[in-house]
Parts: sequence; C-alpha cells; structure tokens
Amino acid sequence: MNTVVCIKQVPETTDVRVDPKTNALIREGVKSIINPFDENAIEAALQLRDANGGKVTVVCMGPPQAEEALRHALAMGADEAILLCDPASRGSDTLATSYTLAQVVRKIGEFDLIICGKQAIDGDTGQVGPGLAERLGIPQVTFAIGLELADKKLRARRVLDDLFEVLDVRLPALVTVVKQINEPRFPGMRNVLKAKKAQITRWTAADIGADLTQTGFDGSPTTVIKVWPPERRGGGAILHGDTDEVVTALAGAIKELNIAVG
Amino acid sequence: MDFTFNEDQSAVIDAVREFCDEDLAPKAQETDEAGRWPAENVRKLAELDLMGIPVPEEYGGLGMDFLTWSAVGEELSRACTTTGAVYGAHVLCVYPIMLFGTEAQKKKYLPPLAQGEHIGAFGLTEPGAGSDAGSVSTKADKDGDHYILNGTKIFITNGGEAQTYVIIANVDPSKGTRGMTAFIVEKGTPGFEFGKNERKMAYPSLPNRELVFTDCRVPKENILGRERGGFLVAMRTLGVGRIGMAIGAVGLARAALEAAIPYSKQRVQFGKPISSFQAIQFMIADMATEIDAARLLTWRAAWLKDQGKPFEREAAMAKLYASETAMRVTTKAVQIFGGYGYTKEFPVERYMREAKLFEIVEGTSEIQRLVIANQVLRGSSE
Repeated sequence: MNTVVCIKQVPETTDVRVDPKTNALIREGVKSIINPFDENAIEAALQLRDANGGKVTVVCMGPPQAEEALRHALAMGADEAILLCDPASRGSDTLATSYTLAQVVRKIGEFDLIICGKQAIDGDTGQVGPGLAERLGIPQVTFAIGLELADKKLRARRVLDDLFEVLDVRLPALVTVVKQINEPRFPGMRNVLKAKKAQITRWTAADIGADLTQTGFDGSPTTVIKVWPPERRGGGAILHGDTDEVVTALAGAIKELNIAVG
Repeated sequence: MDFTFNEDQSAVIDAVREFCDEDLAPKAQETDEAGRWPAENVRKLAELDLMGIPVPEEYGGLGMDFLTWSAVGEELSRACTTTGAVYGAHVLCVYPIMLFGTEAQKKKYLPPLAQGEHIGAFGLTEPGAGSDAGSVSTKADKDGDHYILNGTKIFITNGGEAQTYVIIANVDPSKGTRGMTAFIVEKGTPGFEFGKNERKMAYPSLPNRELVFTDCRVPKENILGRERGGFLVAMRTLGVGRIGMAIGAVGLARAALEAAIPYSKQRVQFGKPISSFQAIQFMIADMATEIDAARLLTWRAAWLKDQGKPFEREAAMAKLYASETAMRVTTKAVQIFGGYGYTKEFPVERYMREAKLFEIVEGTSEIQRLVIANQVLRGSSE
C-alpha cells in the first residue's frame, strides 16, 4: 500500500490579515503550520500503512520554508518527503496546483492511493484534491470520515450534509479527508530529532517536466480581485438587573433593531 | 554560561509545547478533577519519548541533557501541573539508577523506565523522617543473599502506579545516615504493599501513597550503590529532584501569569481595563521578573549538572526561589482576578493551592535555606 499525501503549508489563520494593495495574505509575523486537514490526511495514510504495510510519501508544493511542514510529516512517521519548489510555480491557482502535483505524482510513479485534506484553511476552495484526481484520471472520494482496505479495494465512508455514504473504490484512487476521520498523532521526540536531519527531496518544475504555461501565474486563469477579512462582530451588550428589567430592556433592544422575531 | 538552545533542544521543546497547547492544557482541569491517575497523559508522555530524556540512548533514552529535561518539565507543568509532577517524580527513580546502577541494573531497569512502559518512584520520606531525612527507620536486615525490609514510607509520589521504586532503608539505624542503604524494589514483590493514598489540598489525581514493607525480601543485587551508601544516593537524587521541583514551580507560575495577563486586559473597572492601572501593572511586572529569575536560577543549576560541576547550592537556591515565586505569583494572579479568582470558574485558585506544595516537598524552604547557608558559610562554590 503506497500512499502519497499532498500537504500545504498555511499561515495559522486565527487572525487573517490581508494586504489591501496586493490582496495577498500577510504572512510576516504569522506562524506557518501544516494545513490541519492535511495532518488528518497524513494520519490516515500512516494508519493504513501501519495496518497493511507499504510506504507513505508526503508531497508539498511551496517555498523553501515549506520544508518545515514536510519535516513535521516525517516526524509523525512518513517515510519520504518531496518538496516541489520552483519560483515558476508561484501564484498557482487550484488548476495550476493540481497540474503541478499531478506531474509530481507521475514522477513518483507507482502508487495505490493519494490522500489530501478536504481543503486548505487559507484558500478554502477544496478543489486541488478533486482536480488532481481528474488530472490523473483516477476515481475520487471526497470528505472521507473513514477508510478501510479490503480486497485491494478501498471502502470509504463519506460524510455529507445530512447523510453518510459508504463507497467501494478501486485503486489507485484519491481521497480527501475531513477532520473527524482521526486524531493526528503528536510526533515522538526520537522522530522529531530524526526528521530534523532527514533528507528532503527537492524537485523543480524542470525535474517534473512541467509545462510552464500550465503552472504558476501563467497557468492560472483565476485572478483574485479582492480579499478581505469578515467584519468583526461588535462587543455586544450585557444587560444587568432583575428578570423583569432585563426582559423589558431586551425586548426594547430587539424592537429598536427592527428584527423580525418568529 | 550559554542558555541558547541548539537545534535539537529547540526541536524537542517546540514539539512538546505544541503537544502541551493542543492536548495537555485543554484537559488540565478535567485531569485535575478526575481524581484518578492520569493514565492517558502518562501514556502520551511515553509515546512522545519524554520519560527518558536524560537517559543514555543505549538504555533506551534520548541521551539529552538535564537542561532540556528542565525546559520540557516547565512546559508540561505549565500545561498540567499534575502531569508535570508525574514526570518530575519519575526521574527520582531513573536518575539514581543512571548514577549508581551497576551495568546489570541499568540494563534491566532503565529501558522500560526510559520508554515509559514502567513508571518510577522514590521512597525516602517516613512519618518520622521528613526534613530529618537521616532518621529513616525502615529496616533492612541481611539474610544470606537477601535483605528483609520492614517499615513504612509516606507521601510517595507515583506510589502504587509506579512499577520501579528506589527505596531508602537502613541496615543499621543506630548508625543513622551511615546505615542508610538504597534498594531497587519492584511492585509485586511479596511483602511490598500500598497503604493510604493521601487526600491533599491540591493534586487529587496525583498519587501520594504509603508504601508498606512487611518482611519484604529483596535480593542483594538490588542494592543501589553500596551498602551503607544510601544517604549519598538520597542526597544526589534530591539534588536533581530540586531542579525538577524548581522548574515545575516555574511552569506553574507561568501558567498563573499567562492567565492573569489576558484577564487584566479584558476586565473593565472604572471604565478602563484593569491592566491600565499601575497597581495591576506592578503586580504583572513583579510576576514576570520573578518567573524569569526563577527560571534562570534553575537553568543555571541544570547547566552546572550537565557540565559535571557541583550544583547542590544552586539547585537549593533554584528550588527555594522558584517555589516561593510560584506561591507569590499564583497569589497575585488570584488577586488580579478578584472575586472571580476565588471561584472554581477560573484555574487560578487551583494554581494557588498547587503552588503551596512546592514550598514543602523535596526539602522545605527552610531546609533549602539551611543547605544554602551551610554552603555559603563554608565558602564552597562561587
């Protein structure tokens, strides 16, 4: 069971700030982390490997500092890490990213399964996983909450808005996972120390034979026109007094706001 | 003296901090209120390779230094004081085996301890031997290739849950400290039983049990160090134990400060956040300064230990200052929270109760002052 996990390094977005001129996320002074859903993807791959044998290869497309995210994946127990790092990939939208990752996977060669997080917490599109499956021409299961390998088939439980769906899918396939699928392990210190010294394979666009018109800004039909954080909620008001007073004040406040109650 | 952490140390400390923030700290209240051994947390410490940080790699540890062990202890204690205490007490069994163990003892006992499959405990205190550690009356009578232990230890942290115990007994009580002898005793040895688990002011989930020895036969191979060398084993163990206690106190004090800071910014009185008042600012300034001073004293002791230099005086200073800092800082944190600080809605009242422990265990503040004064008056160390 050889699994490729695609991860993304994202800013810890508890407090997203956007540069009003470039519409890009301000990354200075913001800690970079592995996209949380991708940690679930790594954990899912490790569990499948631990139960069925094989190898887990983690792939990341990003700047040199994304190596940190890959080291975290190695510390969790992944066997190999590949960083696709090329200035030509800068500005890739989901179409270009899925193309580039498909080239990486093709260069890796044989695999049984690709696992991605359901979406990244910065862009929140959820398109790269499905896009990658389309590029590779393999079946896909999104929003998996459970994975089980039986008879060279993967049984995946999907979570949808108001129902679960159980699907059998032939391999190779691509799965995107939700947070509830597992609890990512904390890496042991022995692995942390080992991962620090581990070799991380670094590939460029040329290494994966990427067509430069399909990656980076040139390969990205999407233009982000404007990004802005949602307006902050006001502080609200706390009403004091006995029940009668508070209820009267609350009813008055609702009336004033002209909110339909029903 | 350089406290810049190298890459390995930083990697370990960062990874531990992440575990603490995401896993340990959010469950700390629950861990405390459960009133039972935090098995899940202890299992995770083992999985994270944290139970044998200073143990050489050949015995299953990480082979890192006591400074790293201290920095990790601070993070654990800051996140969950109970779990930090288990970690600290564990080393009171691991360290004397590292230091005094024969090759056979190290091979047998250290790997499971370092990997956290076994938990360790250290048994010195008795009803009549607290600050006066030399008056241990647990008797060890020689009988051929065995010693027969009789007596009772009290307040033993990790007692009952630990598998491996370093026990200080006396082969000749009339000789006082010169009869004291250290033994490794395993849980399940006939004649070794557990008595009362103390109900304490804080730490309901941390076991502090009586160890009861009734004609407990221990083979002579289990003597740690040499016969009548137990006082030295105890003193050396307490030296490192004091570093552990000091850093636990620093972690706890930091937790209290880190709770007080956001509260003081958010709590509005007289139309302003209370953090804008000098009375509160001065408290915060003192808390932060004392915590830094306590940490630096502790790191100095750990660093000296790692350099193979004497550190007894420095460890006593660190333990004294850090535990009294924890008491002052947690008391101020409660004060900053005001009435809310006195309620169970916020953790600071627990921190204040927990802090008191540090002024008592592993040598009271008074004993630390005696140790320090002794050394200072003798003119030893710097």
